[in-house]
Amino acid sequence: MSFLEIKNITKRFGQQTVLSNINMNIEQGELVCILGPSGCGKTTLLRIIAGLETADSGQIFIDSRDSTFLPSSKRNFGIVFQSYALFPNMTVMENILFGLKQKKEMTSAERKKKALDMLNLVDLCEHQNKYPRQLSGGQQQRTAIARAIALSPSYLLLDEPLSALDAKVRAKLRTEIRALQRKIGITTIMVTHDQEEALTMADRIIVMNNAVIEQIANPHTIYNYPASRFVADFIGTMNFYNEGEAMRGIRPEKIKVVEHWEPHDIKALVKELEFKGAFTRIHSHIPKENSEFFIDLPSERVENMKLQRDTMLFLQIPEEHAVRYSV
Amino acid sequence: MAIIYSIKRNFVRFNTAQFCVLLFILAIFTISFVFPLGTLFSKAFTGENGAFAGFANYKSYFGNPSLSVSVWNTIDISLVTTIFSTAFGFLYAYAITRTKILGKSFFKYVALVPIFIPTVVHALGLVYIFGRQGVITRLGFDIELYGRNGIIISEIIYTFPQAFLLFLVALEYVDGRLYEACEVMGVKPLRQFLHVTLPEMKYTVVNTIFVCFTLAFTDFGAPKVIGGNYNVLATDIYKQIAGQFNMNMGAVVGTLLLIPAIISFITGRFVSNKNTSTLNSKTIPLTISKNPVRDATFFLFCGFIATFFILLIISLFIGAFTTYYPYDLNLTLKHFIFNQSKGGIGCFFNSVLMSVASAVLGSIFVFVYSYMMEKAEGFGILTKYGKLLSLLPLAVPGMVIGVSFIFFFNSESNPLHFIYGTIIILVLSNIIHYFSVPYLTATGALKKLDREFEMVAESMNIPCWQTFFRVSVPLSTHAIAEIAMYFFVNSMVTVSAIVFLYSANFKIAAIAITHMEEAGDISQAAAMSLLILLVNVAVRMLYHIIKEKS
Ligand SMILES: Nc1ncnc2c1ncn2[C@@H]1O[C@H](COP(=O)(O)OP(=O)(O)OP(=O)(O)O)[C@@H](O)[C@H]1O
Ligand SMILES: [Mg+2]
Repeated sequence: MSFLEIKNITKRFGQQTVLSNINMNIEQGELVCILGPSGCGKTTLLRIIAGLETADSGQIFIDSRDSTFLPSSKRNFGIVFQSYALFPNMTVMENILFGLKQKKEMTSAERKKKALDMLNLVDLCEHQNKYPRQLSGGQQQRTAIARAIALSPSYLLLDEPLSALDAKVRAKLRTEIRALQRKIGITTIMVTHDQEEALTMADRIIVMNNAVIEQIANPHTIYNYPASRFVADFIGTMNFYNEGEAMRGIRPEKIKVVEHWEPHDIKALVKELEFKGAFTRIHSHIPKENSEFFIDLPSERVENMKLQRDTMLFLQIPEEHAVRYSV
Repeated sequence: MAIIYSIKRNFVRFNTAQFCVLLFILAIFTISFVFPLGTLFSKAFTGENGAFAGFANYKSYFGNPSLSVSVWNTIDISLVTTIFSTAFGFLYAYAITRTKILGKSFFKYVALVPIFIPTVVHALGLVYIFGRQGVITRLGFDIELYGRNGIIISEIIYTFPQAFLLFLVALEYVDGRLYEACEVMGVKPLRQFLHVTLPEMKYTVVNTIFVCFTLAFTDFGAPKVIGGNYNVLATDIYKQIAGQFNMNMGAVVGTLLLIPAIISFITGRFVSNKNTSTLNSKTIPLTISKNPVRDATFFLFCGFIATFFILLIISLFIGAFTTYYPYDLNLTLKHFIFNQSKGGIGCFFNSVLMSVASAVLGSIFVFVYSYMMEKAEGFGILTKYGKLLSLLPLAVPGMVIGVSFIFFFNSESNPLHFIYGTIIILVLSNIIHYFSVPYLTATGALKKLDREFEMVAESMNIPCWQTFFRVSVPLSTHAIAEIAMYFFVNSMVTVSAIVFLYSANFKIAAIAITHMEEAGDISQAAAMSLLILLVNVAVRMLYHIIKEKS
C-alpha cells in the first residue's frame, strides 16, 4: 500500500466537473508534481487532499487508513498556498510561532528554538523580525515553507509555490526547495502549471487536463514518451506527422539535419529562424506532408550552414525517438 | 451509500462553535428586526379590538382627507428636495473632482457638516436665518419659513451630503484613459460630458434620486420643528401613536413610510457604487484641463453652498453665546446651563453614553455578523437567511423601527418587555437602524482578506476563533474604526426611532433639542447642538488619526 492513495475522486461545482475520477498513489519521501493548465482542477485536488474541501465521491487513504472524512487538522499536512497567505500583521517569527502555539506539549522555549531551526533551514534568521511586506517575494516564499514544515507534517503540499516570482529567483528556489525536501525527506505534492519546474524538480509528474489525469510517470518518460497529444504539446514542443495509418511525434531537438540527401530523408524548406541563444529554432515547411516542423539546432551550426529563408534541408527522424500515437 | 457519503462529508467540515455563534446572531437579528416588523404589519391589518380588519384601516385612512393629505404633502416635499439635492450634489462633486477650483478639501469638509448635527438643528439654523427674527427676514425677505418651504430647505440640507458623497465616489473613480482617448480623437468637452461622463454616472444618478427621496420622505426632525401646519407622514405617525394612542392608524402610516424604500430596495438601488467594479490596476487618474471660466463658475457655486452651511453653524454660535438674540448681543455662557426641566446637561451625557454603547456593541455585532456571512462555510440556508436580512434595514426608516419596537417590546406578554424604557432598547434600535451600511463596510474589508488565511490556519490546526482575533480583526482595524464612527455619529444625531423609545428618566440630547425648540428656548437648543457637533467632529478626527496610523 502507498503512503497516500487517492481513489476515484470526483468533484463538481454546480454544473462544472472540476475533477473526474482521479486516481493516484504517492510514495513516502517522493516529490510529485501535479502539472496542468490553468483551471484544470489542480488546486481543488490539493485542497481535497488537505481536507479543506470535500469531494463528491471517492476516497483518500493516508497510511492505508481510510481518511476520506478525517478533518483537516488531523491529517498532518503542511500547506503553502499560491498567495503564501502570510499573516501581514505578524513578523516572520510570529507567523511561524502562531502555528507552533498549538503544540501544547512544547514549552515556549522549545517552540522558539524550533522556529529558529526552521528559519535557519530556509536561511532567514536575520529577517525574523521583519513583516511580510518588508520581504522580497522569494523570502516570503521561504517563510511560508518554514511555517508549513515547522509543525513537522508528514506531507508538504505546495500550490504553485513559485508562480509569483521572477525567472531568476524561481530557478534558484527550485533547487533550494528540492534540496530542502531531500534533506528532511518529506513527502511533497507540488502543483504547478510550469512544465520546466515539473521536469527539473519532480520524481514523478502527474499531468492533468480538464479534470482528468492524462499521464503519471517520471520526468524522462513524460518528456520522451508523452502518452497523449495533449501531454506532448503541453510539455515542450512536438512535431506530429503521419506514418501509414499511425500518427507519430518527434521532438525538435531529436531531428537530424544531414548534408546530403539520401532516400527516405525528408525535404524541408526553411521559413523562419528563431534565435534562442545556445540553439536556434528553425520553423520549416514540409512540402510532402504539407505541415510545419520545428527543428532545434545549435546556433553555431546554423551559422556555419548559412541558413536562409527557403534553403532546402534534409531531415532524418531516428526511429528510437519517434513516439507513436493512436489516433 | 451515496447518502451516507454526503452526510459524512457535510459533517466533516462542520464547525460547532461557528454554528452556535451564527444561531445566536441570527436570533438577535430576528427578534429585534423581523418580529417587530411583523407586529407592525399585523397591527396595520387589525382593528382596535384586535380582530382582523383587512384593508379597513387603510380605507378609513384614505377616506379622511385631513389625514391622507399628508401623503401628497410628503411626496411633494420629497420630490422637490430630491431634484435640488441631486443637482446640487452632482455639481458640487463635479467641482471637486473635475475642475481646478481652489480650496477643494475645505469645500469637501464643509459639505459634510450637516451629517454631524441632528436634522432638528438644520431647522434650528434656518430659524436663525429665515425665521421671524432671522437675519434675512429682517432684511426684508420673508420666505415664509414655517411650513412647506422650511421643510424643503431643511431636507435639502439633510440630503445634500449624501448625494454629494455618492457622486464624489462615482466621479473620483473614473478611468482617465477614456478622456485621453477623447482628446486624441478631438472630441469637444461638451460631447465628452454627454457621452462619457453622464453614461458613467447613470447608475449613481438613479441611486442618488432614490436615496434622497427616501430620506426626505421619512425624516421627522425638520417637519417637527418648522413644519407648522404642513403635515407629513413622519409627524402624523408620531401624532397617531404618541398623541392619540391610535396604534392601528400609526401602523398604517408606518407601512406607508416603508413604500419608497421598499421600491428602491427591490429595484436594487440601495447598494451603492456598483460602478466602481470597472476599476482595475490599469486605470489612470484624470488630468484636468485648464478652463478659467468653468473654474470661476464652479467656485461661485461651491462658495454659495459652503457659505450657507457656515452661516448655519455661525448662527448656532451666535444664538448659543449671546444673551438674547437679536435684542441683546452681549456674550454669555448662560445658555450652556440647561434647564433641568428639559433634561439638563444630563441628556448630553446620556447621548454620549448611548452612542458609545451603540458604537462598541454595534461594531462587534456587525463585524461578527459579516464574518460569519463571509468566512463560515457549510451553513447553507442559515447563511442565505443572514445575507437576506443584512440589507433589509436599509429599507426601514427610523420612525418605522421605533414604532415597531413599541408594538413588539411594549407588549406585556413579551419576556423582553423589561428592556422597554431603558438604554438597552435605544442601543438596540440604533444597531438595527444603522446596521446595513456598516455591514457593507465590514463585508468589503473581509472580502479583501485572502481566503487562504483561514485555510492555512486550519491546516496548522489553529482554532477559528484564534484566527478571527489574531488575524481578521487586526487586519480590519480601519474598517472597524469606520463602523464605530458611523454608529457613534448617527446615534448622536438620530431622533426618529428614539423619539418613540426614550423614557423621561433617560432623555437624550437630540430629543432635548426638539423640546427646547418647541418651548422657545432656542438659545439653549443652539448650545446643545454645538455640543453634539463638537463631539462628532472630535470623533471624526479620532477616526482620521486611527486611519492614518493603520
Ligand atoms: N469554490 C468554487 N466554486 C465554484 N467553482 C470553483 C470553485 N473553486 C474552483 N472552481 C472552479 O473549478 C475549476 C478548477 O479550479 P482550480 O482552482 O482547481 O484550478 P487550478 O488548476 O488550480 O488553476 P490555476 O492554475 O489557475 O490555479 C475552475 O474552473 C474554477 O473556476
Ligand atoms: Mg490553482
